[in-house]
Amino acid sequence: MSDPTKGVTPRILIADDEPTIVLSLEFLMRRSGFVVEVARDGDEAIAKATTFEPSLVLLDVMLPRRDGMEVCRALRANCGAGLKIVLLTAKGGQTDLDRGLSMGADLYIVKPFSTQDLVASVKQLLGADSA
Amino acid sequence: MAKAIAKRSGRGQRLICVFLLGVVLFNFPILALFNVTETIFGIPVLFAYLFFAWALLILLIYVAIERSQ
Amino acid sequence: MLQGWVIVCASFAYIGFLFAIAFYADKRADQGRSLIATPYIYALSLGVYATAWTFYGSVGRAASDGIGFLPIYLGPTLMMILWWFVVRKIIRISKINRITSLADFVASRYGKSAMLGGLVTIIAVVGILPYISLQLKAISTSFNILLQYPEIVMPTKAGVTRVFNDTAFYIAIFLASFTIAFGTRQLDVAERHEGMVAAIAFESLVKLIAFMAVGIYVTFVMFNGPGEIFDRALAEPALAKLMAPFEGAAGSYTSWIWLTMLSMLAILFLPRQFQVAVVENVDEKHLNKAVWLFPVYMLAINLFVLPIAIGGLLHFQGAHVDADTFVLTLPMAERQELLALLVFIGGLSAATGMVIVETIALSTMVSNDLVMPLLLRVTKLRLMEHHNLTMFLLDIRRAAIMLILMLGYFYYLLAGDAYALVSIGLISFAAVAQFAPAVIGGIYWKNGTRLGALAGLSAGFMVWLYTLMVPAFAKSGWIAEEIIESGPFGIELLKPLELFGLAGLDQMTHAMLWSMLFNVGAYVGVSMLSRQSAAERIQATLFVDVFSQTGERTGFWRGTASVSSLQSLVGRFLGPSRAADLFDTYAKSRGVASAEELESDARLVRFAEIHLAGAIGAASARVMVASVVDEEPLGVDEVMTIIDEASQAIAHSNELKLKQAELEVATRELRTANERLRELDHMKDDFISTVTHELRTPLTSIRAFSEILHDNPELDSAERTRFLSILVKESERLTRLINQVLDLAKLESGAAEWKIAALDLRDIVYDATNATGQLFKSSRIELQTEVPDRLPTVVADRDRLMQVLLNLLSNAIKFCEPGKGQVWVSLRQEGDEVRVDVRDNGIGIAQASQQFIFEKFRQVGNTLTDKPKGTGLGLAICREIVGHFGGRLWVESEPGQGATFSFSLPAGAAPAE
Repeated sequence: MSDPTKGVTPRILIADDEPTIVLSLEFLMRRSGFVVEVARDGDEAIAKATTFEPSLVLLDVMLPRRDGMEVCRALRANCGAGLKIVLLTAKGGQTDLDRGLSMGADLYIVKPFSTQDLVASVKQLLGADSA
Repeated sequence: MAKAIAKRSGRGQRLICVFLLGVVLFNFPILALFNVTETIFGIPVLFAYLFFAWALLILLIYVAIERSQ
Repeated sequence: MLQGWVIVCASFAYIGFLFAIAFYADKRADQGRSLIATPYIYALSLGVYATAWTFYGSVGRAASDGIGFLPIYLGPTLMMILWWFVVRKIIRISKINRITSLADFVASRYGKSAMLGGLVTIIAVVGILPYISLQLKAISTSFNILLQYPEIVMPTKAGVTRVFNDTAFYIAIFLASFTIAFGTRQLDVAERHEGMVAAIAFESLVKLIAFMAVGIYVTFVMFNGPGEIFDRALAEPALAKLMAPFEGAAGSYTSWIWLTMLSMLAILFLPRQFQVAVVENVDEKHLNKAVWLFPVYMLAINLFVLPIAIGGLLHFQGAHVDADTFVLTLPMAERQELLALLVFIGGLSAATGMVIVETIALSTMVSNDLVMPLLLRVTKLRLMEHHNLTMFLLDIRRAAIMLILMLGYFYYLLAGDAYALVSIGLISFAAVAQFAPAVIGGIYWKNGTRLGALAGLSAGFMVWLYTLMVPAFAKSGWIAEEIIESGPFGIELLKPLELFGLAGLDQMTHAMLWSMLFNVGAYVGVSMLSRQSAAERIQATLFVDVFSQTGERTGFWRGTASVSSLQSLVGRFLGPSRAADLFDTYAKSRGVASAEELESDARLVRFAEIHLAGAIGAASARVMVASVVDEEPLGVDEVMTIIDEASQAIAHSNELKLKQAELEVATRELRTANERLRELDHMKDDFISTVTHELRTPLTSIRAFSEILHDNPELDSAERTRFLSILVKESERLTRLINQVLDLAKLESGAAEWKIAALDLRDIVYDATNATGQLFKSSRIELQTEVPDRLPTVVADRDRLMQVLLNLLSNAIKFCEPGKGQVWVSLRQEGDEVRVDVRDNGIGIAQASQQFIFEKFRQVGNTLTDKPKGTGLGLAICREIVGHFGGRLWVESEPGQGATFSFSLPAGAAPAE
């Protein structure tokens, strides 16, 4: 409900189980001036979403323990519409896209992605580019 | 789990033994021993023997199968 | 009191009661509270083995050669002991593959061969006809005798000149209608008939009680206990001989032994026994009780055979009374009307039980393995247009039942009087015994081929026809009798009863000896000389290794079909609503809400095929499924295309280290590769889509870091080096993955080249441990090897086996804790196989995971270190390699206790191809 970007640095939660991909995302987000936290699996992602209170989650679809789609639905249910969710996936089918958006994701990005586009999209979602 | 496997193969071995015993009991030359025109308790020897051996075999199958359960 | 109408009414009342039982049991089954799910009902239903032959014929046989009727029951007792091995295996195979008849079983084992299924069906139908005619003869004889009460008159067939005056004809019609009503009310995927089983179990009780009642009456009421009967018999030389019927050292012992073996095979291969023992089996565990309960049943029903036979001989001395009718005529002679009626009902239940189960089993074979494959071939297109084939299938079965009983009746007319009851039955036993080599060989010997089975079955069946059927027809005057005395065209050597001059054996021993010799000889001989197709090899492994299989095989469909076309196909045979239920249940088991959301993958295709097989047989199901599936051979070309694109991308990625200026180009290349991947992803093939997914993960890192390096020229050199080293590592990972995908594709498509030689596995173990020595040292893991002094060679490809061992060794290292880890490699001979174990004391593998680690891209995550290294293809490749040389690869493990990966290869054997 309240604008998460007002006054504070936006926080971003990265949920992915590939260490190198996490590393690149971490680098990109930090460089853009966000506070970053990492979760390695679905359960951890849900737990950190409550403790860390991110404004945006970069969520991999193929997570261990609990898959990204499920996490997405849970986050949407727990945190309301204020939380922005970006799904990342190595599966690029139209059905996956539809399913992801129907689970309440704001954006669906297919791997491998353009880093510039990703950063731009994140900023746009957070309304940070105008701030 | 390893125990369960051991149990099963033990049962298998017992069954094979009973089978071999059955093959011997119902075959020449053991049968020839009882192929006589005499009676035991009023029953022909061969008839009595075959049914006794048969019942014994069934009992052994029962033991081989049920003992391991 | 015993007028015709009383007998008929009593019969109908009895049959009506059977219907009530069947109806009730079916209702309970529909409610999910099965009446027959107990080992006791299972054991009683096996009692369908005891037919009118047992009920009337045993006494007849005992009256002529004393204890000679017993092998027919001792054989099954012996076989029951082996059931725990053989039938348990057959049941497991049948349940997994939805096999619903013996013909289906044989067809399915040898590569789903329609021709083999048809041959088995023909042998079964022709072979069983005498047996069915025996039941008709027994019912009509007993009915006609009882009708004359209180006179005892042996019926003659002289009075039966017109079919429509013949009791047996009406009995055949009646039994056919009865069976149709019983067995073909609905089409079930598993071909199970709970109501029928309950009725059969009840019939087993009735015939046992009726027979015991006569036995007790004759022994203790007519005579003064067994003592008196046997004393009086011993007083008469003719009867005394029956007490010790064996003559000489060889003669009758030989036939005793052959009869025992024959009945051992019959209890397995009579279609009705296969039906009740395998198809109708509710729970494998029921075998444990049945293996001793069923012999108890047989012992009980045989206890009074000899006393009744001798009692009858003493009572009817000189009178013209057929010993086959003693069970009925003794109570009649004593004016025991009720007992006589009970005996008649007992005999009726023995005969009806046999006819019902046998014709249901045969009609399933005829419709699934004979008619359907033919119809599919002849009028394939038109058949496909039908939307609901359920009624059509049921009508085929009804027609088959009627036809079989009519043929049984005509056999009775032709040859029914030439033999006593027991001899007629034995002809059928000998026919079904012909299935033994193909079935037993099929579940224990992987190299038995389709051609071998065809050759063996045909040869055995031909000899059976010649040595048993030809004489039977000759004796009944249907063909000229000279053939028995002087052979065909006067060739003495080919006399049907003394084939190749072998004289001095009784007819059954003679026929069994020759037919088995030809059958086994042709089966083994042709199998050795012929090759198995891929489908045969897969089925052979599925059957022989049924107990060691883990997880569900996705089968060898590599194509896809839309969910709806599969569902409508299944619906055409099982009815649309049944198909919808099946697919919804399956959808739930796969974790999606409804059938529409199912992914149409190979597993779904196999699911549809298996359920279809239940209704129309394995061979027909394959044809039907093939008609809706776009089967694609492994898409090597597609894989190559992806790989080409990706390799170019890698080439660029590697150059990044040298020249940052080229990064931009690389990025563009990668973007194109990505576009291409996106396109390829639309292809629904499971494998390809998994490959693209696996390729995208390293590509993502490569692209991200390439762009980071490109967009951030101000990065300090430490960070740059760090990112570049990630690029190198991810590129290597991509290369490895591509190589393995290529390797696996080659192996699976059969395009791999093999350098085959006789190898000493000890050398390979030595080389492999040497090659990994450094890795073990640096991981501080101890390696021990145990190698025997002598070991047979194996025939295989040296480099490929090396690859397997290296893979297993590096896996062991991966899952061991550095410093504490220990790995043992041991090598030994086990039977005719050489076995290699690679054991570690690492973290082990959970039971659930053991099932799928050999599948492609299925890895077991290590909870300590995030993600497993490797591509997830190593073990799949290893399994392909070991499988190619006829070996097996498997794992045994308990979490926390380490894991043992083992593989075995046939010693000195020729390779699979």
